[in-house]
Amino acid sequence: MLAKRIVPCLDVRNGRVVKGKQFKHLQDVDDPVSLGKFYSDQLADELVFYDITATHEKRHIFLDVVRAVAETITIPFTIGGGIASIDDFHQVLRAGADKVSVNSAAVRRPELIREAAQRFGSQCVVLSIDAKRDNHGSWQVYVEGGRKNTGIDAMAWAKQGVALGAGEICMNSMDADGEKAGFDLDLNRRLASELPVPIIASGGAGTMQDFKDVFDTGVDAALAASVFHFGQIDIPDLKVYLQEQGIPMRGAEV
Amino acid sequence: MKIAVIDYEVGNLANVYHAWKRLGIEAVITRDASVIRDADLIELPGVGAVRDAIGNLEKFDLIPLLEEQVKAGKFFMGVCLGMQLLFEQSFEGGTYKGLGFLPGDIVPFHTKLKVPHMGWNALEFRQDHWLKKNLPKEPYVYFVHSYHKAPAATPDVIATADYGEPVPAICGLNNVLGFQFHPEKSGRVGQQLLKNVVDYVKQEG
Repeated sequence: MLAKRIVPCLDVRNGRVVKGKQFKHLQDVDDPVSLGKFYSDQLADELVFYDITATHEKRHIFLDVVRAVAETITIPFTIGGGIASIDDFHQVLRAGADKVSVNSAAVRRPELIREAAQRFGSQCVVLSIDAKRDNHGSWQVYVEGGRKNTGIDAMAWAKQGVALGAGEICMNSMDADGEKAGFDLDLNRRLASELPVPIIASGGAGTMQDFKDVFDTGVDAALAASVFHFGQIDIPDLKVYLQEQGIPMRGAEV
Repeated sequence: MKIAVIDYEVGNLANVYHAWKRLGIEAVITRDASVIRDADLIELPGVGAVRDAIGNLEKFDLIPLLEEQVKAGKFFMGVCLGMQLLFEQSFEGGTYKGLGFLPGDIVPFHTKLKVPHMGWNALEFRQDHWLKKNLPKEPYVYFVHSYHKAPAATPDVIATADYGEPVPAICGLNNVLGFQFHPEKSGRVGQQLLKNVVDYVKQEG
């Protein structure tokens, strides 16, 4: 049976991981390769690295990170942040990434999804969406790091993205993000039941129970950052817990 | 131990190279006939569509060379799309003739589950096999594919994964072996499988 995936997400600025605390067996917690390997050794199923470097001139530093990660890490990883063109896709895939996540640029120019899917295959195109609940029981798409409301319906955009060729949807719930009060279950349940591609739920993880609840909505993967980076949840413990709750997990043989 | 990874411009080969490198082997990415003939193991990688893959093997005139090497008993390993090319024909977007090193066809999934079959799934061995050496009880490996080998219950099917039906995951006969999943992306289990291949080829060679 296909296992559900646990996906730690690392924000990288100027080649260094932005948040993180001290881990016992890890000397350089700010090094994306060391931290990525640490999670990989802990049986994380996949990693996401977001480039949040402000300036385009420093892009080559991030590409060096991607290459170093590809050399060292033996699980799939996704690259996101600042992906705006087919050439950006090409560069990170050539550097060794398995998937590329696109967000604002796809809202500006949806054809980017189609072009990337045709050129590189749907399986490596992840449409990442920042969504916020409105007053009418729907969710709206935000861009520019969540600063700008586009007025676009998030469910409709997710469906359009899949129709254009996105192979996966990563839905970041802005209401839940950072609150550690659980994933947005309504949004994820709708996505999982209405879309034919894997859904990665993002935003809101606080406890192990939150992961159980979001997997019960039918999503395929759950992404989180701070609960892992600050050591609040230990991935091996989480996997054993979820396996005991009947959710198929890789590497949780008890 | 010399490994030739066939370079036929299908997919990124860096990950394949790194996986061998982690086992201390400097694989050569090549389509040079003399390097391929000199290798102890030939790997046919591949990501993408079967039409382009077969087209490129023809374009670089690699098919007669690969046939010659397999006939001569060289250990030959296909991965992902490279495994699908080992069979007689593929029905991905038409009908394409494969290399025919293993019996059977490549067909689309008929399932209500999501396609592609993407993510970590556990191998279930159908045979007692040298590849099982030092694997955990539930060996999870990483899959990404929309087509699969059929039928699933033939002597060439070494291991399957459960995705609504038993999906052939490792296939092989004699000196030909295919992994439907990506051992180079399958964590410790993937590395162990590659190590088992190396040990086997060393011992047989």
